[in-house]
Amino acid sequence: MDDALMCSFLPLSRTLNGMRVRVDTAKCQGHNRCYALAPELFDVDDYGNAHELNDGVVPAGLEDKARLALANCPEFAISIEE
Amino acid sequence: MTDLYGPVSDWQNDFDHADPKYNENIHEIWTDLLENKKCPVAHTERYGGTWLPLTHEYVHEVAYDTEHFTSRSVVVSRLKPSQMEIPPPPAPIGNAPPITSDPPFHHEARRLLLPAFAPKKIEPWEEEVRQICNELIDKMGDAEFVDAAAQYAQHIPVMVIARMLGLPLEDSDKFRGWVHLVLEAVNEEPETRRKKFEEFDAYLDLHVQDHIENPRDDLISYLLDAEIMGNKLMPEHVRGTIVLLLIAGIDTTWSGIGSSLWHLATNSVDRRRLVENPDLRPTAVEEFLRAYAPVTMARLVKEDYDFHGCPMKAEDWVLLPFPAANRDPNVFEDADKVVIDRAENRHAAFGLGIHRCVGSNLARLEMNVAVDVFLERFPDFELNTSEEVKWSVGQVRGPRSLPVRVLARR
Repeated sequence: MDDALMCSFLPLSRTLNGMRVRVDTAKCQGHNRCYALAPELFDVDDYGNAHELNDGVVPAGLEDKARLALANCPEFAISIEE
Repeated sequence: MTDLYGPVSDWQNDFDHADPKYNENIHEIWTDLLENKKCPVAHTERYGGTWLPLTHEYVHEVAYDTEHFTSRSVVVSRLKPSQMEIPPPPAPIGNAPPITSDPPFHHEARRLLLPAFAPKKIEPWEEEVRQICNELIDKMGDAEFVDAAAQYAQHIPVMVIARMLGLPLEDSDKFRGWVHLVLEAVNEEPETRRKKFEEFDAYLDLHVQDHIENPRDDLISYLLDAEIMGNKLMPEHVRGTIVLLLIAGIDTTWSGIGSSLWHLATNSVDRRRLVENPDLRPTAVEEFLRAYAPVTMARLVKEDYDFHGCPMKAEDWVLLPFPAANRDPNVFEDADKVVIDRAENRHAAFGLGIHRCVGSNLARLEMNVAVDVFLERFPDFELNTSEEVKWSVGQVRGPRSLPVRVLARR
């Protein structure tokens, strides 16, 4: 499914803000950098593996934290859509 | 044989990572190999054939490639598994699961350990670690000259992991002796080494038996109670995992704390900045982890394999110097500089891929608290240059002696 089509399925509120984060769970090895740097955007499960909160929607004002998390993931598991 | 393990004169074709000169001059050696000799993979006939890839790309590639490389033995020593009188359990289990395990067994052995070291399980240890650090500083009294490695860094992880495992704190000298045996004494005569390993095993068997008879709330009881696919762990698996947690839990963090304090003792600008800005300390610790990453892992080549033109033979060793990957200028800006407010820092100090250090959350907690307490209690200090800094030998790098002059205390 391409991005444009994907967007058409998302509620308006989720796309208005613009930025979304994603953790590629196949790449995440539980380094825990994203949760340490941006706990508003990421959480970890009982095994220490990360996932994005709130379906990845980055609230206004937290964009820099999202970029910081991306720039500190040793496994390149985080991506940002703007 | 003694000649083979003598001092190194050619780091490109005859290196020895366990030559004391290696850890002492590690950054100069890597720079010389990469920049002057254009050598991204060094080689030696020592240890029966060993390779040393130095770029982030190559280290990353080997760490991810479980098809051509096995983790059966992760510490380079003079005997390959096939040469040992009592060889370690074969892949995919190995003698210290999960670090010595390969897929698919690795996944199961690791999954049972992960919950014990997940961030939310480790966070509550902060107060206890802080107390341990403060007590170590208290013990130094009013001494002007202290050893920040021998009197401080080395004790913190020993006390924490002994408590977590449920082993007697008073045996900490023994634990450090075994750390030396596993990680530093790799050049010792194999027979002498084997006897010492037997003593280590006997000690652990005693404590495992005690936990079988008297279960309690600690990691040894947790392992005895754990199951893989419906089966309790084999006794060798329990013992091997204890060895892993004890050895890897002590030496690495001790080295990480020591190197951080070495940097602060030798860099007054960074030291003052962190004394004045406590909020910057966690970012600085990540930079210390990048620039002074303590741990180099190892793999064994499964079958003959051409790695970017390097004719690797089955059972050759391949060192995985994550510390060198962390200084690759293709991945890190100003890679050879320590920038304590570095915002972008994808360092690989805890490894890459499926073997990411299971204790990384604990190690980070101990490093952060240890640096924090040291700076709070000793807001000014410097290297005591009248005595020598002694670095460890082998795959884990950190100061074993760090003479410091305390200039201010509280």
